Amino acid sequence: MEARKKSILIFTLAGLAVAVALALIISPWASSSPDGLEKVAEDKGFLEAAEETEPVWESSPIPDYAVPGLTAEAVDEETGEAVDEPTKLATALAGLIGTVGIFLIAWGLALVLKKKGGETEALTSRGTAIE
Amino acid sequence: MHIPDGFLNTGVSVATGVVAAGAIGYGLYKARDELDEKSVPMLALCAAFVFAAQMLNFPVAGGTSGHFLGGVLVAVLLGPWLGSLVIGLVLLVQCLGFADGGITALGANVFNMAVIGTILSYYIFYGLKALLPKNRTAFLAATGVVAWLSVMLASGACAVELAVSGTSPLSVALPAMLGVHAIIGVGEAIITVLVVGVVLAVRPDLVRTYDYQAPIPRFEEAEVSQ
Repeated sequence: MEARKKSILIFTLAGLAVAVALALIISPWASSSPDGLEKVAEDKGFLEAAEETEPVWESSPIPDYAVPGLTAEAVDEETGEAVDEPTKLATALAGLIGTVGIFLIAWGLALVLKKKGGETEALTSRGTAIE
Repeated sequence: MHIPDGFLNTGVSVATGVVAAGAIGYGLYKARDELDEKSVPMLALCAAFVFAAQMLNFPVAGGTSGHFLGGVLVAVLLGPWLGSLVIGLVLLVQCLGFADGGITALGANVFNMAVIGTILSYYIFYGLKALLPKNRTAFLAATGVVAWLSVMLASGACAVELAVSGTSPLSVALPAMLGVHAIIGVGEAIITVLVVGVVLAVRPDLVRTYDYQAPIPRFEEAEVSQ
């Protein structure tokens, strides 16, 4: 049973490594075009409904998937003005923090929700030794 | 497909929020029995993977991007209830932590992506699976078809919410949303089939809905079965 448990842990950590790699390495190069809903809102003229609304929650530590403070000067494609844009590092770090953070939150939540002693029951019902 | 603040009226926000809260509440209740030594780490892994994959917007036609939703992936790997908890948690963290999706639209976003995109889609998958031959290829085909369908259903629900809220008439929002998500859904199907295929190849016992064979014989069990 120990070996089996260990192999699930290895699978999980390997999977987490893939997820972290995606968030850290690929996400800074993801498309920055509007997504399906945003594009429809833009085309059909109701995007301003969101733009004119003050967000109710303004305390997000990492708004828009970019760690605050890491910006570089860039030229806005529409207005031609110089603006501060988040760097690729800001996005990569946001991805890393989010992926590892949600992994830990989910694991913690699952442990809290799990029926106490449920695991022991499952082990004994399969006729294997309890640790 | 994360709805921001300002698109929905109070009635739609409250109605979808009540249904979403009911589904998540039942999911939390079911989780007590369903979580075991295998599904605790899998739930954490699924949440991390879906979060990371949702950051990877891929370009689709006409200056638009789409991203993975993951509802069918987690439903196939964990079942509908643990799956809906994963998507609900991802949406909550995105909303509070990353300002993605409005807090007044959180209920609608959970409704679209966890209730429709995960729980309802799971039961469609379940029905389709029962009609198909019991083998790996048919299983993956059902996964892909339902993954595409889940994106269509979720985007359709989103269009209905926009229409009922008076933001955009259904005759405008529905074809526009379904049109762009028909392409995004193809990406969803490819990623879902790819990931489920990899897990089936490496650890088929971790795909909860793949019940065509006893968990792979290992060590002592292998000898008994011969």
